[in-house]
Amino acid sequence: MSTKKFFKVFVSLLVASLLLAACGPAATEEAAAAEPAMEEAAPAEEVAEPAAEEAASTDFVFGILMVGVYNNKGWDQAHYDAGLYIEDQIPGTSMIYIDKVNTADRPGTTAAQLAEELVSKGANLIIFNSDDMKDSATEFAVNHPDVYVIYSTGDTQWAEGANYQELANMKNIMGRMEYGKMIAGCAAALTSETGKIGFLGPLINEETRRLAASAYLGAEYCWQNYAGKDPADLTFEVNWIGFWFNIPGVTSDPSQVTDDFFNSGYDVVISGIDTTEALVEAKKFADGGQTAYAIPYDYEGACEQAPEVCLGVPYFNWGPSYKQAIQEAIDGTWTNSWEWLDPDWTDINNKDTSMIGFKKGDALSAENSATIDAFIAELAGGLNLWTGPLNLQDGTEYLADGEVATDYQIWYLPQLLEGMIGLSSAAE
Amino acid sequence: MSKNRAFINFLFRISGVIAALLFTALVLLIAKANPWEAFSNIFLGAVSTPIKIADSFVAWVPLILATCGLVITFTTGLWNIGIEGQISLGAIMTTWALRLLQDSGLPPVVIILAGFLAGIAGGIVWALLAGMLKFYGGVSEIFAGLGLNFIATALTLWLIFGPWKRAGVASMSGTEPFDMSIWLPTLTGYRLSIWSLILAVVSVLIVYFILKHTVVGLRLKAVGKNYKAAIQMGISPSKYMLLSFVLCGVFAGLTGAVQVLGVYHRLIPSISSGYGFLGLLVAMLVDYQIVWAVPMALLFAALNIGGIQLPIMMKIDSTLSGVMQSSLVLFFMLMDGVRKKILKKEEEQSNE
Repeated sequence: MSTKKFFKVFVSLLVASLLLAACGPAATEEAAAAEPAMEEAAPAEEVAEPAAEEAASTDFVFGILMVGVYNNKGWDQAHYDAGLYIEDQIPGTSMIYIDKVNTADRPGTTAAQLAEELVSKGANLIIFNSDDMKDSATEFAVNHPDVYVIYSTGDTQWAEGANYQELANMKNIMGRMEYGKMIAGCAAALTSETGKIGFLGPLINEETRRLAASAYLGAEYCWQNYAGKDPADLTFEVNWIGFWFNIPGVTSDPSQVTDDFFNSGYDVVISGIDTTEALVEAKKFADGGQTAYAIPYDYEGACEQAPEVCLGVPYFNWGPSYKQAIQEAIDGTWTNSWEWLDPDWTDINNKDTSMIGFKKGDALSAENSATIDAFIAELAGGLNLWTGPLNLQDGTEYLADGEVATDYQIWYLPQLLEGMIGLSSAAE
Repeated sequence: MSKNRAFINFLFRISGVIAALLFTALVLLIAKANPWEAFSNIFLGAVSTPIKIADSFVAWVPLILATCGLVITFTTGLWNIGIEGQISLGAIMTTWALRLLQDSGLPPVVIILAGFLAGIAGGIVWALLAGMLKFYGGVSEIFAGLGLNFIATALTLWLIFGPWKRAGVASMSGTEPFDMSIWLPTLTGYRLSIWSLILAVVSVLIVYFILKHTVVGLRLKAVGKNYKAAIQMGISPSKYMLLSFVLCGVFAGLTGAVQVLGVYHRLIPSISSGYGFLGLLVAMLVDYQIVWAVPMALLFAALNIGGIQLPIMMKIDSTLSGVMQSSLVLFFMLMDGVRKKILKKEEEQSNE
């Protein structure tokens, strides 16, 4: 190729990318309408070092670093909505945020650097919303002892945990989504006609293993105890894409992975990723006349994209726990802590009290809906599916007969469970 | 060159900048955002505090290092699109060396130096592969580079999610961070390392010296300017093109090493941070003149850092900085083309 010819191609590509950029990521009116007033959210630049004692003032700015897009109808939108909830619940607070905080979307930056940007805009407290921000969250908390830090999903403040590093200004907050995933697994098993359930996994780590395993435990329990079917007829397969959402050229394409499930006899796909590809693909297959259902994840409103194929969604309700933490910061009663919060079993969908909820989808039949209620009541009554005998995927004993798993055993689940198909860890 | 012509050249360059700003403003207006507010946020985001200025230099270092390499390959008429992969291989090799030596008990300075040398080796190997594919396989360096970029990305991901994964977690956040003792030391309170800054400045001086004051530089230029004439002068174009790949590999490897030792302190999936492709834009914009690449790379780095303000202050995606960078290149080149045509016409008229 001559230089001139290459230049022509290059210029054409550049023009095309500029036009795409113009049409794509820029601010939309809807987004602007949904925002808190930025003038309020971003106090003057000179508030460079918000000291802890200032926290008692009525003007408390909290910053959120979101790993994905703030309106992704998934993990990040659940955090964004929690921010709006806090602004509503605690007068005088305001949110600022940066989304797409990952090195693929924001090359050359680190989460710690972006957190400092939020501090320079007046943030007194920073929420790091992804386990992928562990290094930055820790680095930032060490370097900024006067700024409160919530590192969600982490275990660094769990004194009995494997990664404890005492930091007075840091909290870890996580919900026991294991219950949500059990309910999701149950809904999948009750609905599946083929007995083949797919799990669209993100990357492989302790958190994702235990959540996939929880979905399996719920599915197996309901398959046997409510549907009265033979466990041998249940297939539960996990396919991991490599990250919490699609990064073209880096992760597997979640749409493609979902399609592969539906093309191989699976009729329900439970999503473990932060975006809604499983639901969108299920609708595509259902529109083509195939039986296909999906269960998205993270965000209460996730089913809205394709309600007719949605069996329900286990979701996080970060508002109450973040509200409590921010209130502690304002009141001066903050202590470092690790919180792994249960659903409010009196009403798991209570916006003011429950960390974990399950919103039923339109595709869940009335009969199965009643069964799900019965299952939730069993869980609320003390049913613990993390009870032996349970083996790990390689056949080694995980829990002896009657043994109940400790938090430590569940949190650091080393493999998938026996009976599950899929990789337990990335290839060595 | 007459004063008049210099003035015309200046006018065309300024009009290129104005056209780029107008184009970006148009993009902003389409997005229903205030262009003036966006521009001022970017500017203040890059220079309003010493930390932000230092952060701009943190981004400048790898960008100018990559540009140093590209100026050399451009001099010999090569489109080294594979620079991204060369940076990644440099980073991989640096990581490998640090992993190997971090518990060896050697002094940190020795380990850091070994990291740099390994990075250079990685960059050279990957650049040489592109060169050999061109000269022995007949594959255009553009396509060879693209292919090698893909392989480098795949290799990086495989290492992070496989052999070099963190205990219990295979994560996009990369490999386990190295001990602080083997990070490039930074100025207190800043992310900027004086050593990486010195490395960048020295690299610029070396490239300037090679291209302006050495026989090798002259021959590299001869190959780039006129391939056939170079052969007639007894210069082996393939030899000098391979040499330019090797030299570019050195700087690409250093870029990767700086990313690991001075910025991320571990290997991450997108370790090149796109500085290779950005370096291509910088080099084209300054007509492959290393001296001018210095301020231009700083401007691009500042746009990257300043662009972070856009999502915070205006809910605009910070990739707008990328739009500005790309349109600067486009309009500069467009205006340069117009200028040349006009001057050619003038010359033709005066000859008549």
